[in-house]
Amino acid sequence: MSSQTLFKFESQKVAKPYFVFALMLFVGQILFGLIMGLQYIIGDFLFPLLPFNVARMVHTNLLIVWLLFGFMGAAYYLIPEEADRELHSPKLAILMFWVFAAAGVLTILGYLFVPYATLAEMTGNNILATMGREFLEQPLPTKVGIVVVALAFLYNVGMTVLKGRKTAVNVVLMTGLIGLALLFLFAFYNPENLSRDKYYWWYVVHLWVEGVWELIMASILAYVLIKITGVDREVVEKWLYVIVALALISGILGTGHHYFWIGAPGVWLWVGSIFSTLEPLPFFVMVLFAFNMINRRRREHPNKAAAMWAMGTAVMAFLGAGVWGFLHTLAPVNYYTHGAQITAAHGHMAFYGAYAMIVMCIISYAMPKLRGIGEAPSNKAQIMELWGFWLMTISMVFITLFLTGAGVVEVWLRRLPESGAAMSFMDTQDQLMLFYWLRLISGVGFLIGLICYLLSFKKSLQTAADDRPVPLPAETA
Amino acid sequence: MSETFTKGMARNIYYGGSLFFILVFLALAYHTEKTIPERTNADQLTEAVIRGKHIYESNNCSGCHSLLGEGAYFAPELGNVFHRRGGEAGFKYFLPAWMKAQPTGVPGRRQMPQFNLTDQQLSDLTEFLEWTAKINTNDWPPNIEG
Ligand code: HEC
Ligand code: HEM
Ligand code: HEM
Ligand SMILES: [Fe+2]
Repeated sequence: MSSQTLFKFESQKVAKPYFVFALMLFVGQILFGLIMGLQYIIGDFLFPLLPFNVARMVHTNLLIVWLLFGFMGAAYYLIPEEADRELHSPKLAILMFWVFAAAGVLTILGYLFVPYATLAEMTGNNILATMGREFLEQPLPTKVGIVVVALAFLYNVGMTVLKGRKTAVNVVLMTGLIGLALLFLFAFYNPENLSRDKYYWWYVVHLWVEGVWELIMASILAYVLIKITGVDREVVEKWLYVIVALALISGILGTGHHYFWIGAPGVWLWVGSIFSTLEPLPFFVMVLFAFNMINRRRREHPNKAAAMWAMGTAVMAFLGAGVWGFLHTLAPVNYYTHGAQITAAHGHMAFYGAYAMIVMCIISYAMPKLRGIGEAPSNKAQIMELWGFWLMTISMVFITLFLTGAGVVEVWLRRLPESGAAMSFMDTQDQLMLFYWLRLISGVGFLIGLICYLLSFKKSLQTAADDRPVPLPAETA
Repeated sequence: MSETFTKGMARNIYYGGSLFFILVFLALAYHTEKTIPERTNADQLTEAVIRGKHIYESNNCSGCHSLLGEGAYFAPELGNVFHRRGGEAGFKYFLPAWMKAQPTGVPGRRQMPQFNLTDQQLSDLTEFLEWTAKINTNDWPPNIEG
């Protein structure tokens, strides 16, 4: 099959390097996760070669960066098709790919091989201090690089939409991407007052994952569902607007669930509790949306794996963000659980379910086309992909359950008793080792799932060759 | 979804609702800004405290520790370490001694690196953690262990 019939515009091809690189970084993220999983148990593992904080920066920053690569790839793939025209500048997209990839690799190498304080000094942190805050550890030049790449990217896809057809899918996606870039600017604002610093730090972190990223997730989901189910666009887009309306109406004031104990005023105890209680709603509607559209499908799309990712991301995002988020979001509960293993449990399932899985969903849909394999990979390759899906997803469920167990015991021993009776931090950790072992084993399961998933790409090449229909003599002539 | 609820209506709720809550959010930010100085004893936010925060960040302490419950969960909460380790009388001796004694080298135990900070930097860090411990956090953490 020629690529012309597989996707409409030649320029959609620029998505491919973004997807491939995203998955490479994903592997790195998991390897460093496993190292930390072991450091949690054997405290001096790899010390002082690789202190825990360095491994953690690599783990979380690789996560953010591979998701950004995934979002950009998704936009480059679906925006030309939605706008019904070629991408404004494929050359700029490829150039930005290399700029972002180089900045990413250099930053990780900097973390690994230069002591953090030296890195800070070398990169101008004494002039404009932005480093050393969770998730925003990147040196100043990297942060500037991210802004440059984001601007070029927004210009590129923005021009495409402006000159082309405007659909709910590409308008919501653009809004989400612009919001992502604008909110990132708060990364450059680091007030001297710690409470104020924390207050605006959440404008990046919370308003990303419980705000504009939900717009990105919902629009990618809507796009894939339109493609694989053939359901009328009007219906899909109505759902899309409902989801993003619920997301912002609950999520903006929901930021208050981070303002309980950082020095912000008491009004946030109420505002944060009430509005964040509504935050599971958009995720719940996404579950209804995915299942409804797939049940009402008008065509049998051969890519079953992509449909599985679409349903899977909705369900897992609802569990991780919605259920596990609600678990600790009310101020009287959060008073005891704040900053303990329950937070880590929730963070893992929410990030995986909502954002890692939506990226794998669009990759599953688009990659067979981008690679010229066909509408879908062969059956054998899809089965392999589904092995990856289930192993990763089930492992993540177990990681979450074991961390939740650890968190409950941690709260029980360290937080609930009065001063004097409460166990110290380090003694409490010793009591949690069983949970940490089980989490580590589940993490190995996750890695095996990831390997299956990656092997499915290789399999689709081999089997695509085997399954190729034998050409009729008339065609070969 | 029923036919009486149209895509246009959903879109209007999205735009109208978002705009409304953004405005409420900004009003609450204004209110927060007004109260932060008092709740954080901004009059005691000295140059030393500011330098201390910078040292905390430049050494990525938040990669292992939580501070007011945010950061990592690998090592003790530092928002109230001032109260836990000596308070007014003792913390200024505890912190420099602690920092200089790292890493403990106890086999199998979680390790904290040696940061080789100067006496001035250690004193700034002490001031920062003392100021932080006095922020009005609505009575968090629940007890001295953080
Ligand atoms: C690689 C991880 C790591 C980093 C980075 C780190 N620490 Fe620690 N810190 C620990 C661990 C682990 C402990 C507990 C050690 C023990 O009890 O043996 C600890 C304990 C402490 C304590 C004592 C807490 C108590 O309740 O007794 C203080 C104070 C402290 N660290 C301050 C800092 C400061 C300040 C920085 C940044 C300059 C920092 N740490 C960076 C791992 C780290
Ligand atoms: C996909 C969406 C979401 C993602 C990716 C996500 C991720 C995270 C992460 C990583 C943290 C830890 C932040 C830190 O390091 O301090 C966190 C904290 C938190 N999340 Fe979410 N979250 C999502 C949705 C939700 C929802 C919908 C709710 C509420 C219903 C929620 C409630 C909370 C609360 C209360 C905390 C603070 C925990 C604490 O006090 O330590 N989250 N989230
Ligand atoms: C597969 C094995 C994995 C292991 C063993 C692992 C382990 C860890 C550890 C030990 C931390 C640091 C917790 C702390 O601060 O003390 C962490 C943080 C984090 N990891 Fe993982 N991880 C894994 C996979 C993943 C995956 C697949 C994702 C998301 C897709 C993810 C997202 C995160 C996030 C968001 C944080 C920050 C959490 C927070 O601040 O609350 N991890 N991980
Ligand atoms: Fe949040």
